[in-house]
Amino acid sequence: MKVELFHYDISNEADLLQPVDFHRRSRLMQVDRVFKAEITGIIPLTAMEKLFQVRILDAAERERFTFRPGQFVMVEVPGYGEIPISISSSPSSRGYMELCIRRAGLVTGVLHKAQRGARIGIRGPFGTHFPMEQMSGHNILLIAGGLGLAPLRTPIFHIAENRPDYKDVHILYGAREPGQLLFGYQYEQWRRIDGVNLQVIVEQPDASWTGEVGVITRLLEKIAVSPEETYAIVCGPPVMFKFVCSHLSGLGLPMQRMFVSLERRMHCGMGKCCRCHVGSTYTCLNGPVFDYWTVMNLKEAI
Amino acid sequence: MLFRTLTKQAFGSLVDLLLNSYEVIAPKRIGANVQGKPIHQYLPVETAEEVDLGYETTDYSAKTYFLPFRENLSTYTFKDDDWTQEIRYRKVLRVLLGLHACDINGLLKLDKVLARDLFPSPYYIARRKNTFIVGIDHDPCEGAFCHALGADTVTHGFDLFLTDLGDRYFVAIHSDRGYTLLGKVATKEVNDQDTHDYLMERKRIAHQFQTHLDLQNLENVLDITFDSPVWEKWGRKCLSCGSCAMVCPTCYCYGVSEQFSMDFKTARKIKQLYSCTLVDFAQVAGGHNFRPTPEKRLKYRYYHQHHGFIESYDEPKCVGCNRCGRVCLAGITPTEVIRELQMEERR
Repeated sequence: MKVELFHYDISNEADLLQPVDFHRRSRLMQVDRVFKAEITGIIPLTAMEKLFQVRILDAAERERFTFRPGQFVMVEVPGYGEIPISISSSPSSRGYMELCIRRAGLVTGVLHKAQRGARIGIRGPFGTHFPMEQMSGHNILLIAGGLGLAPLRTPIFHIAENRPDYKDVHILYGAREPGQLLFGYQYEQWRRIDGVNLQVIVEQPDASWTGEVGVITRLLEKIAVSPEETYAIVCGPPVMFKFVCSHLSGLGLPMQRMFVSLERRMHCGMGKCCRCHVGSTYTCLNGPVFDYWTVMNLKEAI
Repeated sequence: MLFRTLTKQAFGSLVDLLLNSYEVIAPKRIGANVQGKPIHQYLPVETAEEVDLGYETTDYSAKTYFLPFRENLSTYTFKDDDWTQEIRYRKVLRVLLGLHACDINGLLKLDKVLARDLFPSPYYIARRKNTFIVGIDHDPCEGAFCHALGADTVTHGFDLFLTDLGDRYFVAIHSDRGYTLLGKVATKEVNDQDTHDYLMERKRIAHQFQTHLDLQNLENVLDITFDSPVWEKWGRKCLSCGSCAMVCPTCYCYGVSEQFSMDFKTARKIKQLYSCTLVDFAQVAGGHNFRPTPEKRLKYRYYHQHHGFIESYDEPKCVGCNRCGRVCLAGITPTEVIRELQMEERR
């Protein structure tokens, strides 16, 4: 004798039949379904970094794909793997993004060999963002070290496109050597934006370097910061943002008005794989953008 | 919830019915350890004789039927310069017979992370909803501290739950399909005698626990003792093998990798269960490791179990089954670690 018990076909769930949209974080969807995207252009930046211009192929998916400054995507090269990369372009374009990628491992190595026209998979956007609305009406400090300029480009584009919403803007950027400076071709463009002050510093100058020399906090000492009307976004290696944030803290800037972006290993982007877990917090869900007070309270964050 | 009683004979025909209809996973004796104690695992069974419901525990938890050690997330097929992605979810029903309360409580915790939180996982939900679970009460296992975590009893997360009353089973019915199945065999309404016998049996089991562990305020203790030398001591023992996470009924972390087929025509995206005690768990591109020492990784595991999970879900992740303590090659047991953190030896 046999018995027939209820079985379940998840593919028939109404939610699962809806188009994938990673903004619907609590709804059932095909979480591993990628948006097929094309590399439309590759801009070489330094010996180690390239800027990939990526466009989602499907028009309807392109229309749904929006992101906010500070968010990241999972970039998949089928057969090779998947990596988290922060978006580095203007948040006002739909379905198009620029990704600044350093050659560091298997997937990034393959991407660096890729040609224009190659098709990759994109999932996302994921994570928290810089609170640009909350920052409006204030002075903005954008401070980056090394590769940290990549995620900072998004708020720079946002500010440039919404210039009246913000007061004085300082962009401070530091790298170890002049050869490691990213997006050198854009500094002039950013400097010409009304009320934007951009300064660059390197630790180890070469013979041709005529600019500032030293660590990034040297640039901070040169500008006047009014703590009661300033927000700061700091991106870079942990040791760098630790120094910068303590310096700003010393000037009286509240820790909840400084934002940093953490980097961790990630295998899902959705709070499941645990690889980016810090203390009790998922970097992919509760971050990557945290205010400095939260970071100070996370075990093993820095 | 509805309750019924079921004679042992009727239960026998119920098992036969399930074996005839579906794939059945049940505790099966697979050998004995050096002391002659039987070893059981949850494995597919074909006949009722293979099922041993009197088992103490299994080395592996039943999570492997919901979170397989390896799972195919998607398949890519390449053609010319393009590719297509295919994703499949489980839709065949399977029966898990004879699960203990700790394993069902473990599934309830996994449900919170994988089925109800942000980005619910369709892979997990498809497996969870297509598993018919029959639980059973049992005498405490050696070294287990499930009662300290309230995981020795269970109120939902199963289809049927049995308590052995000698000549009959007291059955809790928690699903429509559980009710449907019971309709195929002879059952009786619960009378006063049945309720009395059930409560006495539960009381008898509750009094059998030998391991007593003080988990009072452990969440805060872990925060306060973050730099405690206790971690150095246990960290030095830890071999970073990851066995604890493999056998844990609630550890869900994983790694994703991709593989081409031999002819390069297809590729698979594969999810593989991982462990936070493995050396490269938190290593990022460029080589920096956020938890480079066994001490840091072991501490993180306890911190997640008894602090981080509480912050997220108001309950510890641990169910107290002590499988990690039993499997550990270095002899690290949660009871000893927690007692030392609570500084009991200095009292």
